[in-house]
Amino acid sequence: MAAPATAEPTTHPSGVPAPEGSVDVTVKIQRFNPEQDSEPHWESYDIPALPTDRVLNLLINIKSYIDGSLAFRRSCAHGICGSDAMQINGVNRLACKVLVKDLLAKKGKTTITVAPLKGLPLLKDLYVDMEPFFEAYRSIKPYLIAYGNEPTRERIQSPADRERFDDTTKCILCAACTTSCPVYWADGTYFGPAAIVNAHRFIFDSRDEAAEERLDILNDAEGVWRCRTTFNCTDACPRGIEVTKAIQEVKRALLFRRV
Amino acid sequence: MAESTTAIALDRPRSPRRPAARRSNFELYSWLFMRISGLALVVLVLGHLFIMNILDGGVHRINFAFVAGRWSSPFWQFWDLLMLWLAQLHGGNGLRTIIDDYARKGSTRFWLKMLLYVSMAVILVLGTLVIFTFDPNI
Ligand code: HEM
Ligand code: SF4
Ligand code: FES
Repeated sequence: MAAPATAEPTTHPSGVPAPEGSVDVTVKIQRFNPEQDSEPHWESYDIPALPTDRVLNLLINIKSYIDGSLAFRRSCAHGICGSDAMQINGVNRLACKVLVKDLLAKKGKTTITVAPLKGLPLLKDLYVDMEPFFEAYRSIKPYLIAYGNEPTRERIQSPADRERFDDTTKCILCAACTTSCPVYWADGTYFGPAAIVNAHRFIFDSRDEAAEERLDILNDAEGVWRCRTTFNCTDACPRGIEVTKAIQEVKRALLFRRV
Repeated sequence: MAESTTAIALDRPRSPRRPAARRSNFELYSWLFMRISGLALVVLVLGHLFIMNILDGGVHRINFAFVAGRWSSPFWQFWDLLMLWLAQLHGGNGLRTIIDDYARKGSTRFWLKMLLYVSMAVILVLGTLVIFTFDPNI
């Protein structure tokens, strides 16, 4: 497919426009087409990239100029929707938040490897079936539960009480944490870090009255006690949530039966 | 979600079947036990290794008489008994966790755990028996 001949960006042999200042990189992508392939394989694309590009730009360029069948999820492109978590150079990241300049090799040609999240069923190329992840999320009751009559005024909360679960409100459900967890890889019935993070968000909310219910759920065999404090989740979270700390706070709440 | 309908039959290691919460504190206590027994084992095991392998002459001075001498004292009997039970339960519980991690099939899980529990019981009974019935005069 030929790129439209414009005056400014020169066209690279790959067909991807090469703006000024771009460097050549190899993007190695794990491809899988369920209608043709019996298992995934790697394919490499030599394309130009600006150091200020995000990995998502490279994927979009490959899709637009080289192979339109490349499949991946993305929506906001600004680290907010949580659609494009994937393994970039072996670690779980949002493709829209990783800059090419942070991946450039010190010398020689840069190779960027991109693979889908591990531990969830692969559907095509870079996207996986998120349903098991959302099932775990739903099962910790991620909504406000309050008993008794509804108050006539808003539910007031002090800044100090809000602060207790502030960190875990930032979750965008990208699944980067859960699919970086070795316990989850081995045992997919483990609730996983993201479900615990979202339980934490309500357990420590002074307006919520179902902490006990959620703690009981997480006290079970597939709950928080499966966590081995590997810290992969904290390292993976694109929102900078201290995931392992949140899990530890839930463990402590269970241990002392005090929220 | 639409995309989950069209894909060919893929291996679904994650198909979730979540049984209702059992309302048991077993996992909580076993987690707690791992930390407390771990702390005790630091003293017990390192002390044991130090006495047996480093202290005057180390391993070369160990013989029947040395063991007999130690076990004539209730203190070392208790030390070894505690170390035996804690290490066995700690190591056994650790292996139980690992079996839960890696065994995919219910039957594999069951039989590996049976093997584990039987071997734990044999070693615990045998070890305890030896510590209590040891006769220095045979
Ligand atoms: C030296 C003192 C020791 C300390 C402080 C210690 C501490 C711990 C702790 C805290 C855990 C739980 C890890 C987690 O749940 O994240 C653990 C797991 C384990 N320990 Fe120990 N331990 C000690 C000695 C031993 C000994 C002597 C054995 C063997 C008999 C042993 C075998 C295991 C096994 C098999 C596991 C499970 C590993 C896993 O969860 O993947 N430990 N240990
Ligand atoms: S805790 Fe972080 S890594 Fe995990 S799902 Fe939420 S935003 Fe993603
Ligand atoms: S596309 Fe929305 S988070 Fe990356």
